[in-house]
Amino acid sequence: MTRRDVVITGIGLVSSLGEGPEAHWDALTKGAKPVVDAASFAPFPVHPLPALSLDAQIPKKGDQRQMEPWQRLGTYAAGLAIDHAGARGLVADMHLVVAAGGGERDVTVDEAMTAALTSATPETSGVLLNEKLATELRPTLFLAQLSNLLAGNISIVHGVTGSSRTLMGEEEAAADAIRIAAARLAEGRGEIALVGGAFASQRWDMVLLYAPGGVLWQGDYAPVSARGEAGGLILGGMAAFLVLETAEHARARGATALARIGGIVSDAAHQRSGGGSAAAAKALWQGMAAQQAGLGVISGMTGVAEARVEEEAFLAGLGSVPVRRSASLLGHGVEASFPANVALAALALSRGGFYPAMDPADAGDGAVDRILVTGFGQWRGEALALLEKAP
Amino acid sequence: MKDHLGRPLVAVTGIGLVSPLGWGLDKNWEALLAGTSGITRIRRFATDHLKTTMAGTVDLPEEIAGGEPVPAPVRVERMAAAAIAEALVAAGMKEGAFDGPLMLGMPPVEMEWPQRVALARRAGGNGHAALSVASIGQRDLYETFLYGGVGERLALRFGTKGAPIAITTACATGASAIQLGVEAIQRGEAKSAIALGTDGSVQPEAVIRFSLLSALSSRNEDPTKASRPFEKSRDGFVMSEGAAALILEDLDHARARGTTVIGLVSGCGERADNFHRTRSNPDGSSIIGAMRNAIADAGLQPGDIGYVNAHGTSTSENDKMEALGMRAVFGEAPPPISSNKSMIGHTLSAAGAIEAAFSLLTLRDQILPPTINHVEPDPTLGLDVVPNEARRVSGLRHVLSNSFGFGGQNVCLLLSAAP
Repeated sequence: MTRRDVVITGIGLVSSLGEGPEAHWDALTKGAKPVVDAASFAPFPVHPLPALSLDAQIPKKGDQRQMEPWQRLGTYAAGLAIDHAGARGLVADMHLVVAAGGGERDVTVDEAMTAALTSATPETSGVLLNEKLATELRPTLFLAQLSNLLAGNISIVHGVTGSSRTLMGEEEAAADAIRIAAARLAEGRGEIALVGGAFASQRWDMVLLYAPGGVLWQGDYAPVSARGEAGGLILGGMAAFLVLETAEHARARGATALARIGGIVSDAAHQRSGGGSAAAAKALWQGMAAQQAGLGVISGMTGVAEARVEEEAFLAGLGSVPVRRSASLLGHGVEASFPANVALAALALSRGGFYPAMDPADAGDGAVDRILVTGFGQWRGEALALLEKAP
Repeated sequence: MKDHLGRPLVAVTGIGLVSPLGWGLDKNWEALLAGTSGITRIRRFATDHLKTTMAGTVDLPEEIAGGEPVPAPVRVERMAAAAIAEALVAAGMKEGAFDGPLMLGMPPVEMEWPQRVALARRAGGNGHAALSVASIGQRDLYETFLYGGVGERLALRFGTKGAPIAITTACATGASAIQLGVEAIQRGEAKSAIALGTDGSVQPEAVIRFSLLSALSSRNEDPTKASRPFEKSRDGFVMSEGAAALILEDLDHARARGTTVIGLVSGCGERADNFHRTRSNPDGSSIIGAMRNAIADAGLQPGDIGYVNAHGTSTSENDKMEALGMRAVFGEAPPPISSNKSMIGHTLSAAGAIEAAFSLLTLRDQILPPTINHVEPDPTLGLDVVPNEARRVSGLRHVLSNSFGFGGQNVCLLLSAAP
């Protein structure tokens, strides 16, 4: 099979720092301060989402009503990416790969139900559950909850119908979504694809999913490198979608390539601590056979202790390259983090610059020619993406 | 050997399967050919106040012995592991060091009511803040309900290479997982892959949610008669559980090690809808596109297809649209089409893989499984649905297997006889 160059021609990016590549470039190059809400989900701080002009990307109110914040956010960012790529006319044959978590539950119903069930006897609780759920669940909420319906809504709202796949598996799913989308274009299965993920941080159901792992940071905000031995991540609302395109297709239609995808690789070390994860990442890096000159790193370091120790060991092996730990400013957006960091890398390469330090531990400076994006999952998964200046 | 696009041919060298008809491929195939229904009254939980009180269920040994029902991710993983283990034996491979990736089609999973109530009791409160704080350090909850959890444990046990990939495309999930594996082999990333679909979602909330969407049959009186794909009085699908795993292998690689080739996955086709969250485009363009793409991907013509394994859910909408698609693709005399779901119900995320497995056995044994419960044909459909009894055939070379999902994700697989 042939191997064709794949480039990024569109970025749809939303985070607590704002919306769109311009806003992020401005904020991050001018020394942005993190936006934190420490009260609403105490003791767990979150980076909240900005207000979105939903009507601009999801014009039908009926569509907006069929979704909850997570799907709206992702559908919105997907539209931003399509617009940024100037690709509205190409959606019919555009392929779609989404990395998804779970959609919203009805938190009010869940709390009322929990209260009723805790005071019921084992004999009565089953009947009670059926009776209350059948009357209190909103039918549409099921669709808002289904993971694959973010992709479904992107197809409906934006008309993306080439194909549709939804990967699950937290951070790793997002890296593999981009890897698979790019590989399919490279081998001739289509010319253009939309790939990314979204994470709504202001959700108790997400807090309840991650809290049992002991991975959530508690109390006042601290940058990733300052979260001590216990570590922890701060959930960050964000969405990032990328329009990927074969270089030839982009050139032919006069679209600007922001960056070239030099490679995307992933693995999952089952034994992470004690160097397992660092060794897996090192092997991936060596397999990429990338040039070290002009290298910069945008790290997806979550703040979770075990992953942080492993990633720091891996990064130390790269020598003195500038490293930026973006979660210190944006928080951790699970399925959205890796695409967001790839977007930030493409943005920097297209601007011919790099970002100032984002975390007190960030060192090194200067222009970069290629950027390595790291994604060490909060529990499992090691992924690397290499972005290069567009040809 | 290469296909018409210069890609390696992808063989299936092992299959494992679990469904309400039993654990194990042979047992399932025999029951399917005999027209046996696996649908029963739900015994796993109380069904008072439910509009639908039957389903296809797969219970674990400890549940049969009287234990509490396990949460969905546990059931999903156990069935998946059994199916993979069976498939590896069939492929003549040993367990623990599989030389290729894991492509796992599975449903979204989440904390269920028993876990929530246990947390609330421990917290002494019902609010999410209290539950969250009380949950800190319960790593079993975290690792059970993370989306990456099932794949991580299966990858560890079977020693697959690289990051396990978990995919959900609603009712097309199992077919999407197979497509991912086929692509990895065609791309040259791997010589072999494990692809599977697994689902075990028959629990009260899931039944109620599908019921609220008016998607389920409520023909509760005789559960075995509830799933009636393409039949005039059909009134919805029947939820079910199961898993099927396929060992996919570069044909040359399979032949070099002298293993039996069950059949080929010779083509895959996709197309997404953009009309409605639970309905196909009214003109059928996406399902037609997916069927045509699969046939073209295999380098075939519609006339080469001798049988279609239907999506055939038994909902009014699906079966009507599938019939429309059949005529658009094949003309006024389409090949026979039958629905395994008439017997095992709709296994959701597993369906695409289970039906691909049965399609391969159809090719191997040259016998079409029936569509049971076919009392009065829907005259508007005009399909040969292999009514009620299995049918012997000869010279069958190519089978199309359809999977159409909620959310508009349509995937068709083209299965071919071993060359």
